[in-house]
Amino acid sequence: METTVQSLIAKYGADPAQIIAMLQDLQSAKRYLPVEDLRALAESLAIPLARIYRIATFFKAFSLEPKGEHIINVCMGTACHVRGAGRILDELKRQLGVEQGCTTDDQHFSLETVNCLGACALGPVVVVDQEYHGDMQAGQVKKLVEQYR
Amino acid sequence: MKKIASFQELEAYCQECVAARDPQRTVITICAGTGCQAHGCTNVVAAAQQELEKQGLVDVELKATGCHGFCEQGPLMVIHPQGVLYHKVKVDDVPEVIAKTVKGGEVIDALLYALPSTKEKIALEQDVPFYKLQKRIIFGSNGLIDPTSIDDYLAIGGYRALAKALADMTPGGVVEEVKKAGLRGRGGGGFPTGRKWESTLNVAGETKYVICNADEGDPGAYMDRSLLEGNPHSVIEGMLLGAYAVGATEGYVYVRHEYPLAVANLTIAIDVARQAGLLGERILGSNFSFDIKISRGGGAFVCGESSALIASIEGQVGEPRAKHIHMAESGLWGKPTVLNNVETWANVPVIIAKGADWFRSIGTEGSPGTKIFSLVGKVNNTGLVEVPMGISLRKIIFDIGGGIPGGRAFKAVQTGGPSGGCIPEEHLDLPVDFDELSKVGSMMGSGGMIVMDDRTCMVDVAKYFVNFLKGESCGKCTTCREGIARMYEILDKITRGEGELTDLELLEELAPVIQEGSMCGLGKTAPNPVLSTLRYFRAEYLAHINDKKCPAGVCKELIRFEIDPEACTGCHKCARVCPVEAAHGKKKEAHEIDQEKCIKCGMCYEACKFDAVKII
Repeated sequence: METTVQSLIAKYGADPAQIIAMLQDLQSAKRYLPVEDLRALAESLAIPLARIYRIATFFKAFSLEPKGEHIINVCMGTACHVRGAGRILDELKRQLGVEQGCTTDDQHFSLETVNCLGACALGPVVVVDQEYHGDMQAGQVKKLVEQYR
Repeated sequence: MKKIASFQELEAYCQECVAARDPQRTVITICAGTGCQAHGCTNVVAAAQQELEKQGLVDVELKATGCHGFCEQGPLMVIHPQGVLYHKVKVDDVPEVIAKTVKGGEVIDALLYALPSTKEKIALEQDVPFYKLQKRIIFGSNGLIDPTSIDDYLAIGGYRALAKALADMTPGGVVEEVKKAGLRGRGGGGFPTGRKWESTLNVAGETKYVICNADEGDPGAYMDRSLLEGNPHSVIEGMLLGAYAVGATEGYVYVRHEYPLAVANLTIAIDVARQAGLLGERILGSNFSFDIKISRGGGAFVCGESSALIASIEGQVGEPRAKHIHMAESGLWGKPTVLNNVETWANVPVIIAKGADWFRSIGTEGSPGTKIFSLVGKVNNTGLVEVPMGISLRKIIFDIGGGIPGGRAFKAVQTGGPSGGCIPEEHLDLPVDFDELSKVGSMMGSGGMIVMDDRTCMVDVAKYFVNFLKGESCGKCTTCREGIARMYEILDKITRGEGELTDLELLEELAPVIQEGSMCGLGKTAPNPVLSTLRYFRAEYLAHINDKKCPAGVCKELIRFEIDPEACTGCHKCARVCPVEAAHGKKKEAHEIDQEKCIKCGMCYEACKFDAVKII
């Protein structure tokens, strides 16, 4: 079933306490939070749009911008950091021509970072969509990106 | 799952579960925690299932379990009852394992773990030093049970502590036992759990809540995730005991949204426990009713802080509030609330089942019991280790962790995440517990232990944590919001070679202001990584400032890559990998790096097989 504001209300009830769960469902269905949905949600829950915006911009899980087709996530946990995650990220930025948190112009890739995936033994780790790529080296980045082009 | 309506029925059903498990039967357990899944264990499990059918071994049981802890060596496979451990198992290895080991009882040498020092092969899981030196009271069950099977948990004694408490103990009695055990909060603060419960028990109120904090935002720590993924019923049972003790009827587990497997396994466990009558109305036929809901976090480190976490469950922005009113009186929805971390909850059933005296016999006087650490970074055996409190850092890092890879020198170990500090070699014999770690300027935190070698720059590490906290500060307190940002600017300046000596004074002046002026733990502890590195590694700061050098070879602006013409064979590998054509030279002649073009990506350094590329 398509995730719409109606379906969210049906699932969680018109309960403002459930707003974070609702936004999470919306985010995973649409890969971002479209403004028209947020407006409709504010109306259905009878709360100010500003409150929803505040939550949507506070938590990392949410994005107000559409995401790319493939999401490249570089783990920046401490274990990955000391094993050279910074250089992997630099090389990804160079290969994709975008800063972290941004999406390529062709909407193909979004480059993100996460503060720890808890897969420290594989560090440095890059996750593309749901696939893990462990023990990364800067030299392997180009090949990795090509794999998803 | 059929509903269990009384203590007698539970006991009978548990006996059935135990009887159904013939200790002589061959059981293959494959670690299916997030780490091993990332190593590709899902395909190994599927291949093993297929191969067992193909080779007609219908009697052999296959279990995909939670994290075994030995993450560096995954995917891990253990063949019981002998306990043969195979590491780094690939799909292609599976037919041989089934044919030789499972069918023929023969051990395959190539798949055994070898000691890094002597290359000696070790066949049995229990003999591997990594496991042998641990005391896995809480975490050990992970390798034995299927997290989606309540029967597995019941077969190892699960939910007996709950039955014991409901049948024989008063709520006050449960609180007393936890107090007597001296259990301290494993989330980091180390506050006595029993005292926390007692305050909530003593507050009048119809509605009370218990919450499990599974937000685990510390980068480099993942024991809570692994417990929740691998043994969700132990956390549920702990929460049930806590709820009974304080008189709560409803509970929440607040889980990080980055932990999908933990959410999935916990959801199954809650559903099954509810069907079994272990959650819901009149549990096991008693007068006690309790149920649990899952609340997924939105991805904010500050939500690990109790008042921010509660705000988040209530559907508010996850900002902390001043704690002049205690959560024991006014927590979630303004009701009395107990909040403990995953590992704390998982300790509770063990304490109730085996008693406070038994628990106190492990660990130290001030910090009884065990602690699970995630041993990560520059260490050979990356993974989760559970050890009695009081064990030395040296034992954890060198005996269990197997030391530093590549024969490099140990430099420091960082404990306590962004709230903690870096501990140098001189303190390696420190017994690890809540109080000792604080004494040397670090803290327990949730148990992250990040090992650093001589190729780790301590100024860069301090900058890393401060940068992390800068992004995670909710911004409510000026000292935290502005102070951390200023600290970051100063550290960044130093790592770029633009630091001055007065910057160090400024950092030391800022630290107490941030500590004293911030409301919650995030700000109060934020300067710790900076202060501890300044305390123990001041020389490294000075090298950055005075000599414009990064001794560890990390800070890009202060290093350059050069090729040693003596060592270079002219294999041309560096030139091939260089993305900007900075490395160049004729074949079979010494190469060079054009410093103007070089972007310091380090690919030539990684690629060179002759150690000819040097970081200067």
